[in-house]
Amino acid sequence: MTCLHLLLTLVFAVSLGTPVEIQRPRGVPLTKKQFYEESKPFTCLDGSRTIPFDRVNDDYCDCKDGSDEPGTAACPNGSFHCTNAGYRPMFIPSSRINDGICDCCDTTDEYNSGAKCENTCKELGRKEREVLQKMAEITKEGFLLKQQLIEEAKKGQQEKQSKVTDMQENKKQLDEKVEALRTVKETAEQPEKEAKERHLKAWEEQKAAIRLEKDKAKMAETFLELDDNEDGFVSVSELQSHAELDPDADGTLTEIEAQGLMGGAEQVDTSTFESVWPKIKDKYHSEVSREEADISLCLCVVQAQPTIKTPEKTHEDEEAMPPYDADTQALIDAAQKARDDFEEAEKALREMDDQIRNIEKELSFDFGPDAEFTYLYSQCYELTTSEYIYRLCPFNRVSQKPKYGGSETNLGTWGSWSGPENNKYLLMKYEQGTGCWQGPNRSTTVKLTCGKETVVTSTSEPSRCEYLMEFTTPAVCQEPANIDPSPHDHVEL
Amino acid sequence: MAVISIERMGLLSVFFVCLFFSSAFAVDRGNFKTCDQSAFCKRQRAFKPGQSPYRALLETLELSDSRLTLQLINDNNKVHLLLELYRLQGNMTRVKINELKPLKPRFEVPDVLIAEPPTEPLSVLSKDDNGVVLSLGAESQRLIVSARPFRLDIMEGPEVLLSLNSRGLLAFEHLRLRKDTQAQPEGAEVKESVDGDQQQDEGKKDEDEESNKEEDGLWEETFKSHTDTKPNGPTSISLDFSLPGVEHVYGIPEHADDLKLKTTDGGDPYRLYNLDVFQYELYNPMALYGSIPVMLAHNTQRTMGIFWLNAAETWVDISSNTAGKTVFGKMLDFVQGSSEKPQTDVRWISESGIIDVFIMLGPKPSDVFSQYASLTGTQSFPPLASLGYHQCRWNYNDQEDVKSVDQGFDQHDIPYDFIWLDIEHADGKRYFTWDPHKFSQPKEMLQGLMDKKRKMVAIVDPHIKVDSGYKIHNEITSKDFYVKNKDGGNYEGWCWPGNSGYPDFTNPEMRAWWASMFAYDQYEGSMENLFTWNDMNEPSVFNGPEVTMHKDALHGKWEHRDIHNMYGLYVQMATAEGQIQRSGGAERPFVLTRAFFAGSQRFGAVWTGDNAAEWDHLKISIPMCLSLGLVGVSFCGADVGGFFKNPSTELLVRWYQTGAYQPFFRAHAHLDTTRREPWLFGPENTALIREAVRQRYALLPYWYQLFFQAYRTGMPVMRPLWVDYPKDTATFTIDDEFLIGSDLLVHPVTEEGSRGVTAYLPGAGEVWYDVHTFQKHNGAQNLYIPVTLSSIPVFQRGGSIIPRKDRVRRSSACMENDPYTLYVALSPKKFAEGKLYIDDGHSFNYDTKKEFIHRSLTFANNALTSSNLCPDCNFLTSSWIEKVLILGASKPSKVVLKMNGKETPVDFEFDSSMSVLTLRKPGMNAGDDWTLLLQ
Repeated sequence: MTCLHLLLTLVFAVSLGTPVEIQRPRGVPLTKKQFYEESKPFTCLDGSRTIPFDRVNDDYCDCKDGSDEPGTAACPNGSFHCTNAGYRPMFIPSSRINDGICDCCDTTDEYNSGAKCENTCKELGRKEREVLQKMAEITKEGFLLKQQLIEEAKKGQQEKQSKVTDMQENKKQLDEKVEALRTVKETAEQPEKEAKERHLKAWEEQKAAIRLEKDKAKMAETFLELDDNEDGFVSVSELQSHAELDPDADGTLTEIEAQGLMGGAEQVDTSTFESVWPKIKDKYHSEVSREEADISLCLCVVQAQPTIKTPEKTHEDEEAMPPYDADTQALIDAAQKARDDFEEAEKALREMDDQIRNIEKELSFDFGPDAEFTYLYSQCYELTTSEYIYRLCPFNRVSQKPKYGGSETNLGTWGSWSGPENNKYLLMKYEQGTGCWQGPNRSTTVKLTCGKETVVTSTSEPSRCEYLMEFTTPAVCQEPANIDPSPHDHVEL
Repeated sequence: MAVISIERMGLLSVFFVCLFFSSAFAVDRGNFKTCDQSAFCKRQRAFKPGQSPYRALLETLELSDSRLTLQLINDNNKVHLLLELYRLQGNMTRVKINELKPLKPRFEVPDVLIAEPPTEPLSVLSKDDNGVVLSLGAESQRLIVSARPFRLDIMEGPEVLLSLNSRGLLAFEHLRLRKDTQAQPEGAEVKESVDGDQQQDEGKKDEDEESNKEEDGLWEETFKSHTDTKPNGPTSISLDFSLPGVEHVYGIPEHADDLKLKTTDGGDPYRLYNLDVFQYELYNPMALYGSIPVMLAHNTQRTMGIFWLNAAETWVDISSNTAGKTVFGKMLDFVQGSSEKPQTDVRWISESGIIDVFIMLGPKPSDVFSQYASLTGTQSFPPLASLGYHQCRWNYNDQEDVKSVDQGFDQHDIPYDFIWLDIEHADGKRYFTWDPHKFSQPKEMLQGLMDKKRKMVAIVDPHIKVDSGYKIHNEITSKDFYVKNKDGGNYEGWCWPGNSGYPDFTNPEMRAWWASMFAYDQYEGSMENLFTWNDMNEPSVFNGPEVTMHKDALHGKWEHRDIHNMYGLYVQMATAEGQIQRSGGAERPFVLTRAFFAGSQRFGAVWTGDNAAEWDHLKISIPMCLSLGLVGVSFCGADVGGFFKNPSTELLVRWYQTGAYQPFFRAHAHLDTTRREPWLFGPENTALIREAVRQRYALLPYWYQLFFQAYRTGMPVMRPLWVDYPKDTATFTIDDEFLIGSDLLVHPVTEEGSRGVTAYLPGAGEVWYDVHTFQKHNGAQNLYIPVTLSSIPVFQRGGSIIPRKDRVRRSSACMENDPYTLYVALSPKKFAEGKLYIDDGHSFNYDTKKEFIHRSLTFANNALTSSNLCPDCNFLTSSWIEKVLILGASKPSKVVLKMNGKETPVDFEFDSSMSVLTLRKPGMNAGDDWTLLLQ
């Protein structure tokens, strides 16, 4: 049952090809060999107790820290060291010793389980070296590319910075120009306003005179119309023929009512009609039809003149305002030019502001310690899977669109860098995408790995509505260390 | 997994919106019937206790060696019933009531009883015009048949143990011809409406009294746009039982409710009707996924059981009063003196079939368990690995995902045995297939798991996609194995794959064919480490009435109405059989089911369905599994973490700690939840979960031994305290703690932010040891235990010996040859005993070849002895005894191992602060005879 070899003879092939034998208890790394001396009682590595050395690796756990059983599964918290010559050494939990599953490539963890393990360390080492080499190449090239990116980004950044500076300088001038033009405009507008007011006033007076004239003419005309018997008097009965003049709106103009309109008189002559006329002129319907066309024509003229305040209600008797006189028109033209100049300058200023803001926004993004991620800004990268087209627009948003028609789903908009503390630039987080049914808003984590090319390599949805995107970019390639192509072979020796 | 993601279901979504989603996170009660909405329940419940119309015709009594028959007559309608009484071996009585001459046969449940129960002779002690007194053999037990009105009383000495029809609620709706259909040709469209009523009225004169009162729902019933045509008319049955002296009744799962059943006065009865209930609510009597029509009654004197063998929709009313003592015959007069006795009255109502009741008379709890086991069989003995930890999620996305989760367990040094695949693994929900993109190389995936001695479960549901390009569908169609609709065509309903057929699992030929589909050459991509999960087998029909199958669907000549509650049992039966057959009968199956019935314990494990990540759902997992354990199903568990919603980290940790001490230990999560593999919540929580899972694995030898015991005797593995302390009334309502076997008491922390729990330690004069600190506590006390997030309060009973494997590895199979540590917890009289069971963990050789080790471990007179309980068994193990811990010991001067006539000294250590004696590496083989002497 527990026939275990206390000591294990380890044979190593070093680079020289000379076998070297090192004796130590099974599962102990060289670095701890000194604590396991066969000739002395063993003290648990936590110092908790001392036991005879024959209790080391005797398949019974005596030390609380598991240190007396480095080579057996007896301690629940123990760990076993495999040398894995040709590959990399490692520690495994001691629960994996003799469990029938080959964990150490040198097979040393399965010495008593009957599991048929093959030593795969050489093969693994070779593969790892290949992978490492490949990785190293990629890293090397990627890092070079990254340098370029940094260069470009720095240049770009500087350009943008100086552009912003220039623009801000220009903006200052523009500001001044706008202010100057504003003054010019305001200065020009004052005389314009006064001249226009004058013109308007003159026209109002003229209009009043014309209206009075017209009223008089109409009154005379009406008198003649009413004076049916042409006796030079308008009588009560003659007035009664115009039912529309009924003051109480009961449909009939009674004699008394008519008399009332005539100021109690039975009849009036042209001069006394002047006092009747104001009472009836609003209601009076002429017996002769009028020419409406003239009026509408004159309305058009009035409206076509934009600088004149359009009267709220045009009266039948109104006429077009006469054109401005030459002096006024000159003032108006001058003011208009000042306004145009001012507006143009103001627009230019706004555009300049927008540009500055955009550049400043771009400059405010965290594009990495050396701005190496700058080149991703305002770019988009796509990956097509069997069902969807995924689209990553770094620092903006991630989306998904069905390959065969259908609307796009927002998988998140730029949130933040969210890698581990030591390098937050390894993960990007896009948040607050389209909401999920009975679930959260969609979000995407983008995992960045070193690569020569900038591509989305895979997408997945590990949790419902939480997407994971893998993305390679030279921008995360680290400076290649002077890596040893066969790193761990002889570390122990 | 009842929830449907609208986004994934395309065409179906229209149905689901109206079916399921009207409320956010609670069951939509409107989808499920109340008693008032179930015509027969309403009808039956309208009968009030009183004078029964039934009379026993004593002159028709016939007594053969094994049974007594007697006719009953309903004096209201003159319909004759046939009563059959059997005295069964093992202290049970069977009562059957059927129509004497039914128009056509009524359904009698097949395949649930493992055999025709063996009978014992009945003899007539006395007989007169009022009744008959029969002897039930031992212990002066008598069965009294009273004639007018009919009632049955089972007595022991002067005590009435149980009475039937004592409240006069026996009601047996006989088969009848429908008056208004007589003129109609078969199959013609009949409208139950004005016409029918008029004809009824016209034919009133020669109607019998019962059907004079025309009621709704006799010949047709509509619920939420679903019409149930009832070609057989009213067929329901009802019977009442009175239990004098009983205040505590248990069982009749599945309900999300307390362990002790509540009275149902003023509310709905407990309902038994297997249903896929979306987001079920807690603490109510609504039906859930499974039904076991078995009730246990317990008091300090006796435990009894009532097994109502009927697979139709069933409602159970419970009241607790002293009613029903009105019509005692003169032979019972003396009982009336004890009218102050508490009493529980129960009424069972089923929609069709016959009355077939087994009265299990105990008297001890263990007797009731073995009585019930003798009828329906015991818990199947599961493969050891299935008692380990199961990692499940709807869904692991693809093979890569499976691989990375598998690696995650190794990286975080957490053991697990099974990883599970839900419905998304199949090609378009065509079970027995694999998604060609996500799981294109299933054997490669399974081999990867096998290399780590791990296993997989893939789901196989009973709804089959109607698709002429799908082999399974085509074969079922060509063999005509589908359930039929009322018009004789294949029944079709909506489920995961869209339009689906439902194989008729009641047909033994269909089951044999289904089983053959699990053969390695039929189930492509399967390997011997692939096992099965049967979900949705109520059956779930998304667009059916109450999300299940129409009752007028046809299984051969029987209506779905008759067999509904056992459909799920048949699905698991056929699946388990398939797994057995694929290995040529050599290997034990593992099949998990959601729907179940009496007898389902023979086919595998059960879980409590689609729960939620809420503290109350964690709490309810205890009474739900305890209730199942009482009625035979020991292999029970709840989704760890909660299926719906995202658990808080604290809830998840507490659920792992609780689940680690429940029989079926599986974490599961809904598709829409965030990932929750144990290592995703920071190193502290990973460590807490790791520790809980490790405690489970260390105790696997004990769990395995208990399942062996359950398989042999029917004793539940996870038990309420009262099972082992039947005279201690303080234990009768406890359902926040439980026993595993007799020897471990677990009081999981199920309160958020808890700083302490109060556990009741039963047993006056007994002691319990905290398994973590070995601190000793006296029994018969409420013990306050301060807790931290790492605490799992567990106690070992003084007087017990529990073998553990403390070398926890990455899966149970990796621990096969590991040594045992014996935890000997001494009683105050310095005594302890326990058992050790060992076999190969996976084959039937324990049964077919007696290849197992079964040993008794006894500590008495300062000697610990291992003796063979099965001398003619043979099994060799390389496991040995690495350590013995004796709790409550005193310091010996010397310890000696006696084995094969030789004595060798054994090293030991003694911790005087906790009185723990540790024997260092005695080293004997676990299968040997030996004695350790403390001197």
